[in-house]
Parts: sequence; structure tokens; C-alpha cells
Amino acid sequence: MTERAKSVQDHIDTQIRAFIEPRFPGRSWTDDDDIFALGFVDSMFAMEVVMFVERAFAVTVPNDELHMDNFRSVRSMAALVRRISAGPKTGAVPA
Amino acid sequence: MTTGVEGRGTGPIKCVVWDLDNTLWDGVLLEDGEVTLRPGVAEVVRVLDERGILQSIASRNHGPAAIEQLERFGLRDYFLAPQIGWNSKSESVAAIAKSLNIGIDALALIDDQPFEREEVAFSHPQVLCLDADEVARIPEMPVFMPRFVTEDSRNRRSMYMGSELRDAAEREFGGTSDDFLATLDMTFSISAAAEADLRRAEELSVRTNQLNSTGVTYSYEELRAFTRSPDHLLLVAGLEDRFGSYGRIGLALVERGAEIWTLKLLLMSCRVMSRGVGTVLLNHVMRLARDAGVRLRAEFLPNDRNRVMFVTYRFAGFQEVETRGELRILESDLDRIQDPPAYLTVRTG
Repeated sequence: MTERAKSVQDHIDTQIRAFIEPRFPGRSWTDDDDIFALGFVDSMFAMEVVMFVERAFAVTVPNDELHMDNFRSVRSMAALVRRISAGPKTGAVPA
Repeated sequence: MTTGVEGRGTGPIKCVVWDLDNTLWDGVLLEDGEVTLRPGVAEVVRVLDERGILQSIASRNHGPAAIEQLERFGLRDYFLAPQIGWNSKSESVAAIAKSLNIGIDALALIDDQPFEREEVAFSHPQVLCLDADEVARIPEMPVFMPRFVTEDSRNRRSMYMGSELRDAAEREFGGTSDDFLATLDMTFSISAAAEADLRRAEELSVRTNQLNSTGVTYSYEELRAFTRSPDHLLLVAGLEDRFGSYGRIGLALVERGAEIWTLKLLLMSCRVMSRGVGTVLLNHVMRLARDAGVRLRAEFLPNDRNRVMFVTYRFAGFQEVETRGELRILESDLDRIQDPPAYLTVRTG
């Protein structure tokens, strides 16, 4: 990975952490922790997470990627953003 | 003169925004000191209120003085989220739509100043702008005539006032959102629609577009036929909390085939979007389908406002299995069904 690519990736991770952390005060997160495991997943929270990804990274999440597993953790959201930014259907689509 | 009519559709007006000086009352409060109510205005305010149409204020004025004057006229309580200050009317109108969580195309402005009407129509062509001298004919205009006036429409203003109290309580509360919701002591009820629910069910289907899975609206007669059909299940949901009732806020129509049930319609009122209950009705239908040993499908017709419903289905585990033109058919494997959230009591029956 080039230095530049690595810095872009760090930036994506940092922005996602900055979105998640204030929502769960007093709790620390690893990049693999499941943000949906803590409580009821409501429509509004789901929509908020989707809108965050789309606005922060200027992407549109296609319908087939609108899957809970893609938004579950810092790592899965970052992978989704990289996959969408890279162009349609180039990356692995989760089973 | 009437402006803005061309820019808006024919949808019903949900909120009337009043100017004050020389519109609601004769005179300019800060200059004349004494003002008198314009003839007929109080009657129109009461008529609109009884029809379930909300009312607010956009006035360039001194806030406390204007509120005091409204109290003197006995009209203060009719107005939600009043915008009294020195902002442009277009900003005030947008703030009211946001605060009441209704589309700006469901707003009407009454203002005696052509400049103000033009300024609002320029920024928001969807807003119906009327001159103050048209007030008397408002009760006769079709956009101010809801098809039905239900118990929920008559109580609409007090429901919104409960909501302002809730918002104030939430601002004062320092904890997490779930902890706050727990303090509301909410009860969500789900039951098969009875005859008495149908007018409200129709009203809900007509008024709701953001959280409507197909955008299809059903008439009273169609809904009544579904309640009598052995192949259909029509469910209504209600919500109340310690600040009062939100009324009937959700509707689900299920077509029951021998092996496959299809959710033809799922809708929730925008008023409860932030209450964390949007998914509860869907989970209930999923549980009924699983208990009946059938597969569950859902129809979704995308429009520019209902994506949140698509996300709701997808996050509940529904996958797209078929498309028919614009219509998407989703299916759930019913493997994972969320229990109701801890902050909510669900009552079924």
C-alpha cells in the first residue's frame, strides 16, 4: 500500500470512529465491536448510519449493499466505503 | 392576489402560518401599542384547529410582547413553534416545517404584505401564500378541508404540545438516547383494525409519505373490505407515553396466502420517527408469519422520500427476490427477529 492510500484509509477509519463514539458515551470501541449488539436497532438509527456513510464519504450506498453487516463495525463500514469508492462491484460482496 | 399556487401540488394543508400585524390583528403592535383582532380571524383559527390543521406564527415582532398580546386574545395555545423575531419569513417557515416534522409543501402562509409573500414563494414555491383579506374564505377552500375529521385530528394540536414538552425534557436530559426513551414510559399497542379505526387509518395513509413502503394510499372503503377479508390482516398501532397519547401511528396490511404472506403496506407516522418504534410493527408481523409457518414477503415501491422504509426492511434482514417494474419484492428468512426494545412495553391483541 502506498503512503497516500494508507493515509486515506486512516482518515476513513478516524471519521467513522468519530461518528460512533459520541453515540455511546462512556464506552470504548475497538474497530471490530458490533455497534448493533448493544440495543434495539431502530429504523432511525439504521437510517442515521447509512446517511452518515453517504454524507461523510460522498457516496451512494447501492441497494444490494444496504445490509446490516456492512454497517456493523468501524472495520465493516470502512470496507464498504472503500468498495463503493473503488467503483461498482469490484470488491468482494459479503455473502 | 394568491401566489405560490402553481408551485405546489394539491395535497392538503397541514399547517397554517399566520403573520400578526395587520393580518391576525389590525394595527402594528410595536407602533400602535393597542391592536384589535381582525373580524372573523378567531373563528377561522378555531375551525382550522377542529379540523386538525396545525397553526403557527411567522412575524417580525418583539417576541414577549407578541405572545402577551396573543394571550390577551385567548389564542396563544393555538400556535405551535411560533417564530417571532427578525428573521426572513422564508427562514421562519422552514423552521416551522422542521420543528413540526412536516413537509414544507403542506404549509400555507397568511400575510398582508406582498413582499413577504413573494419572498416566501421565491424560496419555497411549494408554500401556499394567501393575502390577509382572503382569511374569510379559507374554511371553504378545498385544501383546508381534510376528507375526514377523526378523534386523532381533533387532538392533533395537543399531541404536538406533548411533543414540545418531550423535546424540552430531552434537552434537559444528559444521558444516552435509550436512557431518555426509557424515562418516557412508552406503551406500543398493536391490534387488528376495527371499524372505528378505519377513518384514522385512511387519514394516516394519506398524510404519511416518508415512512410509507409503497406510497399507495387506500380509501376508507378499500380498508373496510380488507378488515372483512379472510385473506387479509390489517393491523393498526398506537403509542402513548407519560406526556400523553400520540394516537394511531402505524398501519400494516398483510395479504395472507397459504404459503406466503405479503406485506402490501407498512407505514409509520413521522411523529414517532425519533421515538425508536419504527421497527416494532414490522418485527411483530415477522413473528406472526414465523408462528404461522409461512414465508414473509414485502412490497416496496421507491419514491424520493421513503428510502428509510427500504433501509428498515433491509436492516431487518429482508433481501430483494424479485422486481416487477418499479416494484421491489423483498423476502425475509425470519431467522433473526428482534425482541422489542427494553424502553418500550408492547401490548398486542
